[in-house]
Amino acid sequence: MMAGLSLPGPTVIGLDPLYTGGVGLAEVLITLLKVGVAFALLMVAVMLMIWFERKVISDMQNRIGPNLAGPFGILQTLADGIKLFFKEDLIPEQSDRLVFKLAPYLSLVPAFLVFAVVPVGGDFSGGNGRVSLFGHETFLQVADPPVGILLVLAMSSVAVYGVMLAGWSSGSKYPLLASVRASAQMVSYEAALGLSLAAVLLKSGSLSTNQIVAEQSVWNWNLWVTWVVPMVIFLIAATAELNRPPFDLVEAEQELVGGFHTEYSSIRFALFYLAEFMNMITMSAIVVTLFLGGPNGPDFTSVGWLSGVLWFFAKLMLFLFSFVWLRATLPRFRYDQLMDLGWKLLIPLSLGWLLVLASYDVAGDRGWNRAAAVIVALAIMAALASLLALALRAARQRRELDPQGEFV
Amino acid sequence: MGYLQGFAVTFRKMFKGTESGRVVTTQYPDEKRPKPERFHGRHVLNRYEDGMEKCIGCELCAGVCPARCIYVRGADNPPDDPVSPGERFGYVYEINYLRCIHCDLCVEACPTEAITESKLFEFSFTNRSDAIYTKDELVVRDDGRPQQLPWEDWKPGDDEHTSAWVRATSPSGRADYEGQVAWSGELGYGIRSPERGQSADAEPDAEPDDDHSEHHHDDHDHGHDDHGGHH
Repeated sequence: MMAGLSLPGPTVIGLDPLYTGGVGLAEVLITLLKVGVAFALLMVAVMLMIWFERKVISDMQNRIGPNLAGPFGILQTLADGIKLFFKEDLIPEQSDRLVFKLAPYLSLVPAFLVFAVVPVGGDFSGGNGRVSLFGHETFLQVADPPVGILLVLAMSSVAVYGVMLAGWSSGSKYPLLASVRASAQMVSYEAALGLSLAAVLLKSGSLSTNQIVAEQSVWNWNLWVTWVVPMVIFLIAATAELNRPPFDLVEAEQELVGGFHTEYSSIRFALFYLAEFMNMITMSAIVVTLFLGGPNGPDFTSVGWLSGVLWFFAKLMLFLFSFVWLRATLPRFRYDQLMDLGWKLLIPLSLGWLLVLASYDVAGDRGWNRAAAVIVALAIMAALASLLALALRAARQRRELDPQGEFV
Repeated sequence: MGYLQGFAVTFRKMFKGTESGRVVTTQYPDEKRPKPERFHGRHVLNRYEDGMEKCIGCELCAGVCPARCIYVRGADNPPDDPVSPGERFGYVYEINYLRCIHCDLCVEACPTEAITESKLFEFSFTNRSDAIYTKDELVVRDDGRPQQLPWEDWKPGDDEHTSAWVRATSPSGRADYEGQVAWSGELGYGIRSPERGQSADAEPDAEPDDDHSEHHHDDHDHGHDDHGGHH
């Protein structure tokens, strides 16, 4: 499994077997083809996702939803996109023009880049995820950098800048307030996101997405390898990171007009919209990759690569549907509830879970009793949780005694 | 576990065949809901059965209009060729539909039932002068029906019940006169029959509370036999 590391070749691009025999014209063309396909796939997926969300949520609200543009209204997004493209592009007078124009791209580009490291297919039951494209062995992902998952975290951090700078450069108060909320929320939940992810990295021992998926073949999914909790934390944190309901405080229309993109119109607004849905798809793809074994699954087709793609798509749809379902069902969180959930529950819990998983592994390495190690870890976790609860109670009492903060 | 129940509710709603997932959408331009009896639409200026205009140019409608959208100028009727049966007639009559809020106060104010409202609301003009309807456009045709302008989307029935609001109310709002004709005839329709009454064959639930019924039985002697059973 670690054979890829010993191969010569540009490790910056990754462990893709495509580059092991040197990089010639064929390799460049195949890479360009993969980039093009990934780009087109993602754009079409976003278009269909917006349609899917509108259709499903209108089903859940006893409505019909878009039904005029194309069969079942499937081309509605295209029509909206064309309309937005031809609308007048307004730049507020008070805005910082350069940053105002830059911000939509800062949102969009990270969303694209994250998708580059997601393995969307490949035969992981025996072939280590390799497929044959025009006689060349390669992975069904644009790139497999050794830093894989770190790229995902880095990009989701960069995406915060898109939101923050958009609000700040608008020169308007509501977008500014929204972007302050957004950056606080995204930065807070990135901690929980990263810590729950650490549990996966601990178990699979690699940052490369291809390796992580290969480790999970065929039924050895990280969902149960890490005992479910990290995935739940990751899903909640991802929902908050995406600013999706019930954590869509950034776009609380009742308080903030449209949110950080209030001043945006025309194609710049469309880019934010695109980025939002693209992030949703890529984040779902990351969840599938990390916890549900990506394209792993029993091969039920005769074509080698098709089964993996279908498995990946099926798992992806599960999460995309869940995001819509969440939006249709749950009311929005209050801002302090959001921060409480993130800092006082998710971060301590993911830290504690990392402790439990690590104790289990260390006990195995040292030949200790694993059950005992886990019980001790859980006991320590419980003790810390009660300490935290005590601290929170003390803080609350103090706040009640001194609501103005005069005697702090 | 209230949250989980909520998820079940939204999931159930997705299935259109079931009672819980019944679609409430009307496919608007293709399919339209019936309009209420007293719907406030675009105005008409009515005429008497003999073809005379009802408007007497008194400007009460213009005075009561909260949106100041009505402009009226009265003039003396020419003795040899009178426009209205009275002394004066509406010489200029204009309604600006960019301002009109369809409150129907003009209909209430009119002493001769000259101005009433039809059920038309789908009219989209593309310039401001089209938005100002003059007397030529507001007066009903010789068959008593409203004129249909090119930008107006009339549906069957919109043009028939143009004075439903007037015919639904009893003079001075007194319920005892309900069902009694207290309005003049209209060109093309003659004397129109009253709207179905509110108390005569109303549901027992829709009745006002007992105090009210008692009160109105004591004051006025009228024969609502089916009424007594509810006391």
